[in-house]
Amino acid sequence: MEAFFIIATGALVAMTCALLGSFLLLRKMAMLGDAISHAVLPGIVLAFMISGSRDNFIMLIGASLAGLLVTLLIELLHKKIHLQEDASIGISFTWLFAIGVILISAYTEQVDLDQDCVLYGEIAYVPFDLIYFSGGQLFFPRATIISGLLFLLTLGFVLVAYKGLKITSFNSDYAKSLGISTLAWHLVFMSMVSVTTVLSFEIVGAILIVALLVVPPATAYLLTKRLKQMLVLALIFAVLSAIGGYYLAVFLDASIAGAMVSFAGFFFLLALIFSRLRARSLKVDAYLKE
Amino acid sequence: MKNQTALEVHNLTASYQRKPVLWEIDFKVPSGHLIGILGPNGSGKTTLLRNIMNLMEADSGYVKIFGKDLDEVRSRLSYVPQRESVDWNFPASVREVVEMGRYRPGNLLRRLKSSDKQKVKASLEKVGMLAYADRQISELSGGQQQRVFIARSLAQEADIYLMDEPFVGVDAATEEAILSILSGLRDEGKTVLIVHHDLQSAYQYFDWMILLNTRLIAAGPKEAVFNSTHLREAYGGKLNLLSKLGEIIAREQFPLREPDFKEKEGSGDE
Repeated sequence: MEAFFIIATGALVAMTCALLGSFLLLRKMAMLGDAISHAVLPGIVLAFMISGSRDNFIMLIGASLAGLLVTLLIELLHKKIHLQEDASIGISFTWLFAIGVILISAYTEQVDLDQDCVLYGEIAYVPFDLIYFSGGQLFFPRATIISGLLFLLTLGFVLVAYKGLKITSFNSDYAKSLGISTLAWHLVFMSMVSVTTVLSFEIVGAILIVALLVVPPATAYLLTKRLKQMLVLALIFAVLSAIGGYYLAVFLDASIAGAMVSFAGFFFLLALIFSRLRARSLKVDAYLKE
Repeated sequence: MKNQTALEVHNLTASYQRKPVLWEIDFKVPSGHLIGILGPNGSGKTTLLRNIMNLMEADSGYVKIFGKDLDEVRSRLSYVPQRESVDWNFPASVREVVEMGRYRPGNLLRRLKSSDKQKVKASLEKVGMLAYADRQISELSGGQQQRVFIARSLAQEADIYLMDEPFVGVDAATEEAILSILSGLRDEGKTVLIVHHDLQSAYQYFDWMILLNTRLIAAGPKEAVFNSTHLREAYGGKLNLLSKLGEIIAREQFPLREPDFKEKEGSGDE
């Protein structure tokens, strides 16, 4: 049962990241996930300092606001000041992250913000934090419930907003010429990424979220040129990485989240080899036809 | 409806990072014409289109479409960005891209109606891409990509079409096909503005011209715009172009060509 809960939680987080990451990749903003996962730190610390509690909901609001702030900051530097996008990202999130570090070291010595937890997550402890239903008969780990709700929310969002996400990712100037508010779409989408990043933070850790946002979608992108297929494939690779990663970690007695991402990387490698071979055979076919 | 004012640009000044790209541009365009926006590289042709579509903020001046602000008449305008401005490796089919021509802020969260799908099909047919509807856009040639963009624009069923360099990097057959579609639109009373950089073909393609070089050099029927004084003013100083200009002007002075004589030597940009 413990194995099931760990795998289920990992798979749900990975699937959420796969859906959002696919659109990040197509918007050529894969590293925005990285930026947000760091930039939420001052939001979390400020929320804690103002409210004085470690209530998850308040922290979530603080972190989401910080995520939006970094998104806006990047937009401002890139679109209005005309700095290159990668430089805008690099400046914005490191600056916010640094503010977070200062806030922690200067004002909150007594808080136990565990660095290991922030970086690598605690997915192995998922089965120990349980929530009971119907008089203790039925119980689920808190993290499994949160990641399940998050996945349903994200899936619903992608299904409803599919056309808007597609047109603003493919040709944002054209979308704007139709009267579509591309900035609003961008902010709504980045809010989803922020919330996901924050909620997944304590489950798989900051670094591994970035990997889950990028690697399964990139694997799927190599294998298909259809958007719907790409999303489905990314979901499949996310689940397979969670299952494979768990058993690899048990076998090696190593970090579960690390093993999940290693598995995702392994699938990427396979996809890369496959797509290369396919491209070559297509070329040979074309040559033979001539 | 012909010769009603379709588009008015009033004292428009626009800049990138404080460097002016358009300087007090002022002209009116009558409806029902095929209009070339001409000028040397960096003369502000694309910037003019982006300003008309409100894709960037002007420093001063305004644009009116049929006497109204853009937001009131947006559905009567269609914009075709440069082909190179998008990533053609994006996972989408030809049909999916053309369907975007039917997207509106109000229907983004709903499915497209069957009447929308019908219009998409008709547009694909018009540009000769219906057989390729389920092809992935990454598998298209440059000419086919441009046809897809034109089809997407046609699906909008607009009255004014603004197209940025639709003839760049396309084969001769596509160039001719696009031109005949655009002439057809003009004959239906629509207004088509084309950013174009090839002077050689400009005179035979368009019936109206806007000649730019940061400032407006001239705007009007091609016979009034396309003369040595204006061209020298727009392109002057670019010595390598002057000899070419002389050639074009010389040809212009002998307009007694067979009407269907097509000049195809040198397709323009290659």
